[in-house]
Amino acid sequence: MVSFTFDGNPLKAPAGCTVAAALLAGGVSTFRTTPVSGMPRAPYCMMGACFDCLVEIDGVPNRQSCLITVETGMQVRTQRGLRSLAAQDRETQHAK
Amino acid sequence: MPNDRFDIAIVGAGPAGMSAAIAASRHGASVVVLDEQRGPGGQIYRAITSAPARRRDMLGPDYAAGQPLAESFRACGARHITDAAVWQVTPEGAVHYLHQGATSTLQADRIVLCSGAMERPFPIPGWTLPGVLTAGAAQILLKSADVVPTEPVVLAGCGPLLYLLGWQYVRAGVPIRALVDTTSMQDYRRALPHLGGALAGWRYLKKGLALMRVLKRAGVPFHTGAQDLAAEGSDAVTALSFTVGGQQHRIATSTLLLHHGVVPNTQFTWSLRADHHWDDAQLCWQPDADAWGALSIPGISVAGDGLGIGGALAAALQGELSALGALHSLGRITMTERDRLAAPLQSELRRQLRIRPFLDALYRPKKANRVPADDVIVCRCEEVTAGAIRQFVELGCHGPNQAKAFGRCGMGPCQGRQCGLTVSELIADARGVSPAEVGYFRIRPPIKPISLGELAGPA
Amino acid sequence: MQGSDVIVIGGGLHGMSSALQLARRGCKVVVLEAQSCGRHASGVNAGGVRTLGRHLAEIPLALASRTMWHHLAELVGEDAGFVASGQLKVAETGAELETLRERVQLLQSHGFTHEELVDAQQVRELVPAIAPHITGGIWVQGDGHALPYRTVTAFRLAAQRAGAVVHEDMPVERIDYRAGRWNVTSGAHCFTASHLVNAAGAWAGNFAAQAGDVVPVEAGGLMLMITHRAPPFVTPVLGATGRALSFKQFANGTVLIGGGLRCPADLQARHGEVDMPRLASSARTVVDLFPHLQALGVNRAWAGVEAFMPDGIPVLGASRAAPNLVHAFGFSAHGFELGPIGGQIVAELITEGRSSLPIDAFAVDRFARPASSSASSASPARSLPD
Repeated sequence: MVSFTFDGNPLKAPAGCTVAAALLAGGVSTFRTTPVSGMPRAPYCMMGACFDCLVEIDGVPNRQSCLITVETGMQVRTQRGLRSLAAQDRETQHAK
Repeated sequence: MPNDRFDIAIVGAGPAGMSAAIAASRHGASVVVLDEQRGPGGQIYRAITSAPARRRDMLGPDYAAGQPLAESFRACGARHITDAAVWQVTPEGAVHYLHQGATSTLQADRIVLCSGAMERPFPIPGWTLPGVLTAGAAQILLKSADVVPTEPVVLAGCGPLLYLLGWQYVRAGVPIRALVDTTSMQDYRRALPHLGGALAGWRYLKKGLALMRVLKRAGVPFHTGAQDLAAEGSDAVTALSFTVGGQQHRIATSTLLLHHGVVPNTQFTWSLRADHHWDDAQLCWQPDADAWGALSIPGISVAGDGLGIGGALAAALQGELSALGALHSLGRITMTERDRLAAPLQSELRRQLRIRPFLDALYRPKKANRVPADDVIVCRCEEVTAGAIRQFVELGCHGPNQAKAFGRCGMGPCQGRQCGLTVSELIADARGVSPAEVGYFRIRPPIKPISLGELAGPA
Repeated sequence: MQGSDVIVIGGGLHGMSSALQLARRGCKVVVLEAQSCGRHASGVNAGGVRTLGRHLAEIPLALASRTMWHHLAELVGEDAGFVASGQLKVAETGAELETLRERVQLLQSHGFTHEELVDAQQVRELVPAIAPHITGGIWVQGDGHALPYRTVTAFRLAAQRAGAVVHEDMPVERIDYRAGRWNVTSGAHCFTASHLVNAAGAWAGNFAAQAGDVVPVEAGGLMLMITHRAPPFVTPVLGATGRALSFKQFANGTVLIGGGLRCPADLQARHGEVDMPRLASSARTVVDLFPHLQALGVNRAWAGVEAFMPDGIPVLGASRAAPNLVHAFGFSAHGFELGPIGGQIVAELITEGRSSLPIDAFAVDRFARPASSSASSASPARSLPD
């Protein structure tokens, strides 16, 4: 079993399954809200063709969770609206 | 500059891709197979090499049949690049792909595209709600992760895959609240003239009837001739409503599985600007191809469901035939040799395809579920409704590309996979012409998303 | 001249703009478009509404056109998504900044003040997210961007409301002038008019030649990319100095990346083939300027088919070889912003026999004349693509 978090909450999933499968098995209903209207979405096709399973994984947004294998310690978050561009990155660039 | 050079590059490790690789390697060609997943099998035989015996058994003999094929593939000597997202294939034989966070290129003298099929979009009210998935998605969850719905599920639509899923769920002990079938008496009447072909595929028919018997005996409630399907709910699906013979029904559920057929995945073939034709029996676009799957673009062929829906066994035969075609065109086997080896394959392929006209007629997806009412979302990514697209047509958008430029439908991350067919049919219907005249979205690379950093390469 | 009937070849922006202005001046207008209006350069470009970086001869036209952009709704009934976001051309080194300084001085010496030199601090105020190595730039406040296909469509609908008739799927093959009338054939169809406008974009050279104007116009492809949506991080349209870049973020968050990257164009097939690996250099430029965009996905790359002139400025004006023919083509990847004024000038030439703005530099026969007589080509400043 692999331990990871979703929006900070701990979840477990069998090793080798996709993040999307792990989230669905963990009872997650909403994976993202759309940038156009904020409506909730979750996986539809499970094969990388619908892009409704987008979540943020370890700070990187817009990841297709049905194509990514879940790993220990992954921090998965609901993707809200527009994907976020890590604001921290911008700060560190200016600090250089 | 390309990193590697091969005689034959195969995109997709499903039945067609695996068979093509086996046949090509057997004749000494250098072969590479690229696939998105970690293990071979494509969608139909997904996770076949890692499935425990119990799961293989539960999924049924058709799934288990993929195992010997996968084993032969693993042993055939072809290079298999896994976790690779091919984002462009060029007429000059370059294959650009994303692998381990970096973009790579390889060069091949012949390319065989085996990217299979996708679920036909099923635009009903509420189809974008969380908890609404395709039957194919449910099978992927089952095959790759043993994940099944915890609460009673509703299956809706038509077609063998829907019933197969129901059968697999019964064997897995998943409670099915209802199977809402859109097939009607009219469909049976339409299919009857093709019964000859069905009887020729009598083994297949027998299997289908046995499957239905299992479902009925398990007490799965059936509703047939269903119309006016709508998924209800606000943040997630809570029920499926529909009518039968004018009578309204509502079935509560938090998981709704939709399916009304699969269609060829034509993203690569459109991006190559290969010739396509609209097939009215299967209500989809198919690339023009010869007996070897060769496209109108020299050096590139297609095998499997990407040519037209035929199923896994047909796909394997087409894969082998496409390899023979490529081997001959490369001068590795003579025409006589090619034809000699192909003859039994072609005859078996004809046998496999004999049931298709019957299935295509019987399970022809309903127009209302292909060309929806105004308020139904057609483009899931950009949330463009059918009504909005009809307005674009009134403003002079005669085809999908103008509608796309006008109102963003088809411009989202899925690149038209979930809306393309609907848009073509909707515009055709609004204009009173055939989808063949309307055409399809212009598909451009990257076929899979690639980030700016990945495209830029190392600093 | 009033009440003339006119055939316009080409349903792109310049064709539609000409049709609109001619129809409003009382002409009977027929537009013949080979495929669908806005199918090529006009409909698939980067949408830059730019006076920044123009060839000196283009500047009066670009400034006049920009005023029309700011009042587009009055002209065509909607704003076509025009946003006056400003345009900024950044310098990445001291040497690049120096060239920008010289440019601004040259413009000022000609009486043009629309381009303003800004320093690194001012650049950062305009675009906080930009990389720290930027040394300064040129800023033009009134410039911006619009939606190309919507713009062409808006002009088309306005032209049609004014009485112009548009025929799509009507590829013109032959033009010839006989007994005071132009005859234009497309397959079995024959159209006739007293005046002809050649706004056929990448295909215009053929029609010019048929009329007797031999012009060294070349068709080429230009590549663009659009990304997935990102939260807003840049308002002005951006260009660079030492390397090709055109970069803008739409209200919906997607980022459009261009910058003069050429690719092969097939005139017969009417298609530009994207060379994705070559777009890697555009991606590299973007990531160098905005490191935080590393992970932003490219959704689509495409190529438009455009007409390029050797001196980078268009052919705009009357034919020198045939009567009652006006050319408007060869905009060399920066004709979008000039669309509104271009149509006005074409209409003026046809209905009044003169242009309200100086267009000698764009004469169709400038390549045939000896070099010393084309005074207006003395400017060193070359137009850059949108």
